[in-house]
Amino acid sequence: MTDHTLSSPQPKQTRRLPQINPVYFILAALIVAIILNNPNFVEPSGYMNFLKRAAPLAILAAGQVYVIVSGGFDLSVGSLITLVVVGSSMLSNNDPSSTWWVICVMLGIGLGVGLVNGLVVCFLKVPSLIATLGMMITLNGIAFMWSGGAPRGYLPESFRYFGRFNIRDVPLIQMLPVAVIVMAVVGFALYWLMHRTNLGRMIHAVGDNPRAAQLAGVPINRVRVSAFVISSLSAVIAGILLGGFGGVSTDVGTGYELQAITAAVLGGAQLLGGRGSVPAAIAGALTLTAIFTLLNFLGLPQPVRQVVQGLILIAAVALAMYRRKRTGQ
Amino acid sequence: MKQVLTYATAIGLVLALAGTAGAQNFNDPEEFARQKEQLTMTPHGPEGQPWVQYLVDQMADTSKYKKEGASTVCFSNAGVNNPWRVVGFTNMTQEVALHPEIGNFVHVDAEGSDDKQIADIQDLLAGGNCDILIVSPNTTAALTPAVEAACAKLPVIVFDRGVQTDCPVTFIHPVGGYGFGIQGAQFIADNVEKGGNVLMLRILPGVDVLETRYSAGRRILDEAGLNVVGAEFTDGDNAKTKSIVEDYLQRGKIDAVWMDAGATAVAAIEAFEDGGHDIPVFVGEDQQDFLQKWRALDMKAIAPTYPSYQWRTPIIAAVSILKGESVPGPEWVLPQPAVTQDNLDSFINEKMPPLHYAMCGCEDMPNYPEAWGGTK
Amino acid sequence: MSDATAGSVRAPAMRVRFERWAPALLLLAAVTMYVVACLATGQTQYLNWNNFLAVIGRSIALGITAIGQTFVILVASIDLSVASLISAVAVLASVVMNGDPAMIVPAIGASLILGAIVGLINGLIVTRLDVNPLIATLGMSLVIQGCLSAFVSNFAGAVPTQFQFFAYGNVFGLPFAILFFFALALIAFFVLRFTRFGSNIYAVGGNQDAARFAGISTEKVIIAAHVICSLCATVAGLYLASRLRSGAPWIGANGVYDLESIAVVVIGGTVLAGGRGGIWGTVAGVMIFSLIDSIFNVLGVDAFVKQVLRGIIIVAAVAFYAVRTRRIVA
Repeated sequence: MTDHTLSSPQPKQTRRLPQINPVYFILAALIVAIILNNPNFVEPSGYMNFLKRAAPLAILAAGQVYVIVSGGFDLSVGSLITLVVVGSSMLSNNDPSSTWWVICVMLGIGLGVGLVNGLVVCFLKVPSLIATLGMMITLNGIAFMWSGGAPRGYLPESFRYFGRFNIRDVPLIQMLPVAVIVMAVVGFALYWLMHRTNLGRMIHAVGDNPRAAQLAGVPINRVRVSAFVISSLSAVIAGILLGGFGGVSTDVGTGYELQAITAAVLGGAQLLGGRGSVPAAIAGALTLTAIFTLLNFLGLPQPVRQVVQGLILIAAVALAMYRRKRTGQ
Repeated sequence: MKQVLTYATAIGLVLALAGTAGAQNFNDPEEFARQKEQLTMTPHGPEGQPWVQYLVDQMADTSKYKKEGASTVCFSNAGVNNPWRVVGFTNMTQEVALHPEIGNFVHVDAEGSDDKQIADIQDLLAGGNCDILIVSPNTTAALTPAVEAACAKLPVIVFDRGVQTDCPVTFIHPVGGYGFGIQGAQFIADNVEKGGNVLMLRILPGVDVLETRYSAGRRILDEAGLNVVGAEFTDGDNAKTKSIVEDYLQRGKIDAVWMDAGATAVAAIEAFEDGGHDIPVFVGEDQQDFLQKWRALDMKAIAPTYPSYQWRTPIIAAVSILKGESVPGPEWVLPQPAVTQDNLDSFINEKMPPLHYAMCGCEDMPNYPEAWGGTK
Repeated sequence: MSDATAGSVRAPAMRVRFERWAPALLLLAAVTMYVVACLATGQTQYLNWNNFLAVIGRSIALGITAIGQTFVILVASIDLSVASLISAVAVLASVVMNGDPAMIVPAIGASLILGAIVGLINGLIVTRLDVNPLIATLGMSLVIQGCLSAFVSNFAGAVPTQFQFFAYGNVFGLPFAILFFFALALIAFFVLRFTRFGSNIYAVGGNQDAARFAGISTEKVIIAAHVICSLCATVAGLYLASRLRSGAPWIGANGVYDLESIAVVVIGGTVLAGGRGGIWGTVAGVMIFSLIDSIFNVLGVDAFVKQVLRGIIIVAAVAFYAVRTRRIVA
């Protein structure tokens, strides 16, 4: 935005509009609509619960952006979430002192999954769609094998703290869910990594034109593997939040991979690479959650939600392509 | 283009008509009355072993299936895609181990797909060494032709969901969905004042056993003059359940929660806990986590069950049939007890996994509790 | 591999030949494993003609869908809406028939029209609106599933006995469905191999810009591929309605026909980036999937272990082709 301050005031008005990602306008409009339907939403318990609910998807979308910008997909995040929740319950078995090492083990598993995804794509040359699809099926199977089909332990309160607990009596906002703090911290870290470091620039370069990036000396394989690792780690964190929020179950992660991609795309990320922003993806996740909340308040049944989600998905991308064609050339 | 539009409208109309006309009837007053009566019947058969008891005293002659020597029992399973089926399948394999007459137990798993289960049954028939076939159908309508084809070759036992043919030797099932709905809703009607707010939480639409639970529950709540504030689908997802309950709590008081299955009951209770509300009257199911929460919070609750001990019965029936002994048939209706405040303590076992279904009839089996994931 | 001596000896030809024969190699490996599994566990009764037919007949619905999916993947597109379309068609057909043999033809007609419309819309969104095909068809899938669930929530309608011939009938002692599947594969093969449209598909998938400069109407080719794919899914839906005797709004999703059909096509050697591959590879891929299922059943593999192995097998099979490519894959 800074370079626009140099331009003259007249064209600034007209040129600046397309520069702001439309997802923010959509999000704002949706929130206004929610408030009109449910005035309680302006209470802290209203919007804080909303943010708490959106936190796992927001983190997941922020991680997914890394893979999408680098030119791939990560379909394995949903089953990784399931594996994290089921695995944590198996390892911790209601022992509060286990929380920290269990979280470390889970992050380790995430690291491993991301590495395998990345290595399979980069060195076995399997397209990421298939590689991560295979990983999705495999991880789901592993989660079930590990637990024998049903989780065998409880998650201790100290583990569930991150996804469940609300800090009370906070000045101004009364309550502050821990999940929202986690979202803010992870979101900022991912923003900084993507938009303020060399790694972020290289990820963009690799996704935009891999051949050119390679010739320019970008270590393509290392960059792409890092993107998959970051996505997997974000799925682990999302899994910890979801397990904390809802407790143990066997199908926590189902459908999250497509929601994460949808959120990233709503935030303007371009499939097959080169474009995408972490804050916009988080806004995309909030938008998606806001749509569901609104449809819920309007009392619309599940089928309508699906249709609306489908139409919005197509419309968002079509609009982005239209704008790109008009302004980009 | 005009033609296309006309066709499209026609298709839409036909579908809309079908939605109302072609749908199965999930609100059948006769079946409702029958199941209501069966809930209070005294079962036949040995006391304390509900998995071999039966409510309808009609036997099927099986002398023509008599076979000497070790037998091969084949089982086509719809899937082990939820914890209830996992507990049930463990019951079944443990029951097999109790019967030396079963030389070989062949098991194929359709992973929740009708198409696959049809192929599985065809595979088993083509293999040609099954002496008897047990089927737990993925859906009622779709598996009917495959079961009919199997009936022509060997004795068939169907359990859990049924099929639309009476060719199997017996169809084993507990009282049923209406019974489940009645038990829970009647408890609410007895414990909540007239005009109280009831939230109904359902897993997903269209599944016959769940639809009948809902229609029976709804009928009783309406008749009792209770105010049903909403009936929401949770997809069996904890996070979604908790969100839905939170949303309803923002809008007003809830005096009772009725659920058509208990897998997400604890998440629903947590929504009340986390928001600082009193826990209302609750209908759950016989999962350990719900039963323990119930006792810990001293709630007013009931847990109707869809007993997983019904997975033991087909094996027992198979062994009897191959000996030529008569079994209850063409329907073997098992009793369907509920967990109540009075017998709650006898079902709680803190060494068992959270999603273990307590009404498993498995406590006296040799490998309990390890085979079910518990610790001694 | 017998024609190795007859073929030319130049290096590029070697590579082409590997790609052509790789699916057959994988299929051979799967067959060998199946036979070994049967022999090792002493279940030789599974090695008979009836069981051979049962194995082939396992995945007819997946096979028909995959033939269509091959066309879209060849033009470098993809279709995730097939599973929802299969459900929609199965429900539509069984509702229109509603047990009445006279309504079979109208039901098939209505289904094909629905399929064609869906394919057309998919194609138009991908070409005219320039939406990534993954997103376009995912969105379409959600829309179809939503519309369907709004009207129907369980098995609806019924298929008359005459129509069950499709799934259960026999011709000359062979199951009709298997003959139909191979006939469809043969037609698809001829279209791809011997028609102008077929070579246009390969041209567009190989390099869209080059194809456009060569005077090919790329948009039309892509739209046509999508229509073919949707029509194949429609036929798969009709087959499932016949097999299940009715249609329910979840049968497509339960069979995971969207992702599985893509996996089968790719295992058959068709490249996701488009332009290379063919029908016989897909047919081999379908048979490999059936064999894997049967091997698991013969060995009595635990349902969860099955999933783990299936995931690994998909990746390994694709890696078997892909590891040689020097390009950077998406």
